[in-house]
Amino acid sequence: MTDVKIKAKDVQVYYGDNHAIKDVSVEIENNTVTAFIGPSGCGKSTFLRCLNRMNDTIDICRVEGTILIDGDDIYDKRVDPVQLRAKVGMVFQKPNPFPKSIYDNIAYGPRIHGMARNKAELDEIVERALRRGAIWDEVKDRLNAPGTGLSGGQQQRLCIARAVATEPEVLLMDEPCSALDPIATAQVEELIDELRQNYAVVIVTHSMQQAARVSQKTAFFHLGNLVEYDDTSKIFTNPEDSRTESYITGRIG
Amino acid sequence: MTPSKDHISSAFDRDLEGIQARIMKMGGLVEQAILDAAQALETRDQELADQVRANDKVIDELEELLNEEAARVIALRAPTAIDLRVILSVMRMSANLERIGDLAKNLAKRNAVLMSMPAISGSTVQLKRMSRDVQLMLKDALDSYIQRDEALARDVIERDVDIDQMYNTLFREFLTFMLEDPRNITPCMHLHFIAKNVERMGDHVTSIAEQVVFLVTGEKPGEPRQKEDLTSTDVDLSSASNREA
Repeated sequence: MTDVKIKAKDVQVYYGDNHAIKDVSVEIENNTVTAFIGPSGCGKSTFLRCLNRMNDTIDICRVEGTILIDGDDIYDKRVDPVQLRAKVGMVFQKPNPFPKSIYDNIAYGPRIHGMARNKAELDEIVERALRRGAIWDEVKDRLNAPGTGLSGGQQQRLCIARAVATEPEVLLMDEPCSALDPIATAQVEELIDELRQNYAVVIVTHSMQQAARVSQKTAFFHLGNLVEYDDTSKIFTNPEDSRTESYITGRIG
Repeated sequence: MTPSKDHISSAFDRDLEGIQARIMKMGGLVEQAILDAAQALETRDQELADQVRANDKVIDELEELLNEEAARVIALRAPTAIDLRVILSVMRMSANLERIGDLAKNLAKRNAVLMSMPAISGSTVQLKRMSRDVQLMLKDALDSYIQRDEALARDVIERDVDIDQMYNTLFREFLTFMLEDPRNITPCMHLHFIAKNVERMGDHVTSIAEQVVFLVTGEKPGEPRQKEDLTSTDVDLSSASNREA
């Protein structure tokens, strides 16, 4: 029995006259890592950003169709995008810790969402998030040191910890490892697999090997269309569509 | 779905082409080994038999080389989908070809022993025909590989039934010869091993054709193929001696 977390139907995205996402319908499952792959400009990041309304911040961007999370329309007028983004966390390509202490990086979200009544509770939230980000052991003795002083891989895990601190249900990751070395990448990938126990994880990646390693489902985007969406093992061994096959085998898409 | 375009990395294309050219070369040598071994048997040509045995080393070396190249492509290129199936099928096919080569070598080995004994009338002609059919199956299997021709591969798979039936017929004949005259027992035992070896070659060719179906479709050929070699299961057939005695 699959547990659908996000249900997108006939989604269209326009940047001005540019039709960037065409008729995309997809059901993203809970406790699953879903990878979006495709050549640059295929719409995978644009579609990812629709899932927590990050596109709202772009004036000329227009989103049509419906996106439901747990059956609720996230583009409904009554939905507060800030609340939505607490529920649908995001991690970006480049680690972007706040110019604050490691502690405050994590505590920021829980504070503005009023998740802690006192310092003790906040401490607990920070520790839990850092543990989930698999970075607690490395930073527990220097929580007041600036987050920007960490290594690239540590910063990215700090950002993941920050994203999970607000107890999201969905975690969106846009190229989370592209700025990391192979060891840090392996640590983040290991972390992604652990996070899957609690969240639906959606990851955009240019590394097909990464998509193959971390995801259970893969969606291939091409020229704004969702070409193929299937089990990752199927996509990488015997895809249905010749465009998918051309792309994953390194032929011209 | 086979993408027709080349890889962006042309070195990858060259690797794959090189590997496929090599397996074709190996296939050609194995075809020749089958024909030569059967020919040597029929014409009692020891020189040709020795040549088959010597050539088997070249076949073995090619298999080794193909395995190394396949491992290198896997390590360096991380092939997926059709490319991965090319590599997997080449590895399995080269193992099958190597086995067929060994079986042909075994035919050639028995040639010397058989030459020292009276001929069993007609048997080597039939063995040669059976070997010829297996070689043609192998040729078609290799053609189906290069042309990515699933229908031809499936045709090869079906033709293995005929090889099995030829073997059954020879099995019965050898039994009869042995019953007629105990002096026939030694040559007939050797000839029977030869017939069994050619029948095994047919199974390996079938396995190659199955790899082609896997390569083209990404799936194993559906229903289990018919086994027509009844000599190991059919009591009546194996106890022909009882009936005729």
